[in-house]
Amino acid sequence: MARSVLRRLLPHPALTLILILVWAILNSSLSLGTIVFGAILGILIPQATVAYWPDVPRGIRFGKLVSYTLLVVWDILVANVQVAWIVMTKPNAKMKSTWVNVPLDIKTPEAITMLAGTITLTPGTVSADLSDEGHCLLVHALDAEDADAVRDDIKQRYEARLKEIFE
Amino acid sequence: MTGFADILIGLSLLIGALFTFVGSFGLLKLDMPMKRLHGPTKAGTLGIGALLMAAMIDSFLSGHGTIQHILIMAFLFVTAPISALFIAKVHIHTGTCQKPPQPSEDSQWATKAVVDTQET
Repeated sequence: MARSVLRRLLPHPALTLILILVWAILNSSLSLGTIVFGAILGILIPQATVAYWPDVPRGIRFGKLVSYTLLVVWDILVANVQVAWIVMTKPNAKMKSTWVNVPLDIKTPEAITMLAGTITLTPGTVSADLSDEGHCLLVHALDAEDADAVRDDIKQRYEARLKEIFE
Repeated sequence: MTGFADILIGLSLLIGALFTFVGSFGLLKLDMPMKRLHGPTKAGTLGIGALLMAAMIDSFLSGHGTIQHILIMAFLFVTAPISALFIAKVHIHTGTCQKPPQPSEDSQWATKAVVDTQET
């Protein structure tokens, strides 16, 4: 009983915490007034949006999420330099841009969203579409010799880690 | 001490300017619509990131330091892939790019599936 009341009041507890944190940072203060108003927002906003996000993700391993974030930031730095070099030096005709078809092992929408976002943020690849039943991701690579190598790289480097975090 | 921080700010500004330049240069130079989408993703990550880093160091130096810049970064990282996805979907929808291969598991790509139901 108490659990179901709590679940109705706070449909996404993690989202509530994030909203309080964001509100505190926006105001650059940790005063009681800020926290209380942040908590009010943190209760109202998840309730207003729960209809669009009905399934609560469970069992997320936050430690691994942090190390994944660091890995992605590092990859963004490295890939930025590589792609900047390609853009500045390689003539258009020599660039082999291809579509890459990535079959997905992960099933939860949150994990797939994270994977698609990661692919777009790392320069050189943009995620373009999802298959109609959500088992494949369409990725566009700017300059890839071998589409299969790009696919294997995405699967091993990002998807395997996301599977550990979310499933 | 201030001298070192000033050098750090200058360096961040230079890196940010360089990558935003490469991003917009890529948008001009690349020839196909889907390729051109790769340009702005660079400006949106490392370019803006380095510029915000400079602003953050400066705010801490001048005495009223905030970490609001990290929020800008976080919101940008969350929203940039969405707009890139929308642009890519428009290209697939209107056919202004190479035809994508069939997905290996399901029947069709989500964007194409909408086109198919409209045609029949």
